[in-house]
Amino acid sequence: MRATVLVLPKTGILDPQGSAVEESLRQLGFPVGEARVGRVIDLDVDAGSADEARSAVERMCEQLLANPLIESYEIAVEDAS
Amino acid sequence: MSEVRPRVGVVTFPGSNDDRDAVWALAALGADAKPLWHADERLPALDAIVLPGGFSYGDYLRAGAIARFSPAMGAVVEFAREGGLVLGICNGFQVLCEAGLLPGVLRPNRSLSFVCRDVRLTVERTDTPFTSRCRPGQELTIPVKHGDGCWFAPAALLAEVEGDDLVLLRYAEGENPNGSVADVAGLVSPEGNVMGLMPHPEHAVDPLLGSGDGALVLASLVDAARDRVLQAA
Repeated sequence: MRATVLVLPKTGILDPQGSAVEESLRQLGFPVGEARVGRVIDLDVDAGSADEARSAVERMCEQLLANPLIESYEIAVEDAS
Repeated sequence: MSEVRPRVGVVTFPGSNDDRDAVWALAALGADAKPLWHADERLPALDAIVLPGGFSYGDYLRAGAIARFSPAMGAVVEFAREGGLVLGICNGFQVLCEAGLLPGVLRPNRSLSFVCRDVRLTVERTDTPFTSRCRPGQELTIPVKHGDGCWFAPAALLAEVEGDDLVLLRYAEGENPNGSVADVAGLVSPEGNVMGLMPHPEHAVDPLLGSGDGALVLASLVDAARDRVLQAA
């Protein structure tokens, strides 16, 4: 299974990278609102079903991939077979 | 009677770079300083542990997030849970927060720039094993050098931290180098045996290096570790 984890700074938390990107885009003339910068983690997960893969990736997020004090995460699972 | 030299271990992670300075400073201040290796699951008998500065595991993912799971950290967490004295400096502070031994988290500096300079700090408490040599309200000058030193806690957690008087060091007015919430530079655990700080006391133990104020923090730790040896004897 292929899983993609998107980790973003929680809303309401100052994101200096997001602010810098937002400011830069505005200077280029793009009328953007708030920008946030996070990270994407692409994973090959050895699992029998999409549900199993998702629950494994959730545990990975809770233990390591995201810090719940400052980050939220979204998981997308794709059956690569 | 010769003075008791308490055993203070300093853990080297892959990417630590202040471990040898910490060993040197602790030895100069009267400790039997012992280098420890991150891959060792079991630690020798110790009276205190220091997690040094650096960039363990390249600061990948989040600073301290991966070091937290290194084999030696299991033993460090157990040592701390049993009441052992643990001091985390810079990257060591980040590791302690990620490991849940200290509240909050260290985020990238608000400026997004690495800062390397002396900062002035105010001592908030002197009744701890890490600040006993300081005077209440004393101003210390100790250098910082970090890219991820912005301590953060959500409002409810910050209220707990302040309510429990866990802040030991704050950046003096106008000195905050990283945007940390409430000017927090150093914190102690609610149980009082674990401290983390972003400034580097091991780089400020001799006036020849610009300041000797860091020695007050490290010597407080050595005193406390020695007291424990003497009490146990």
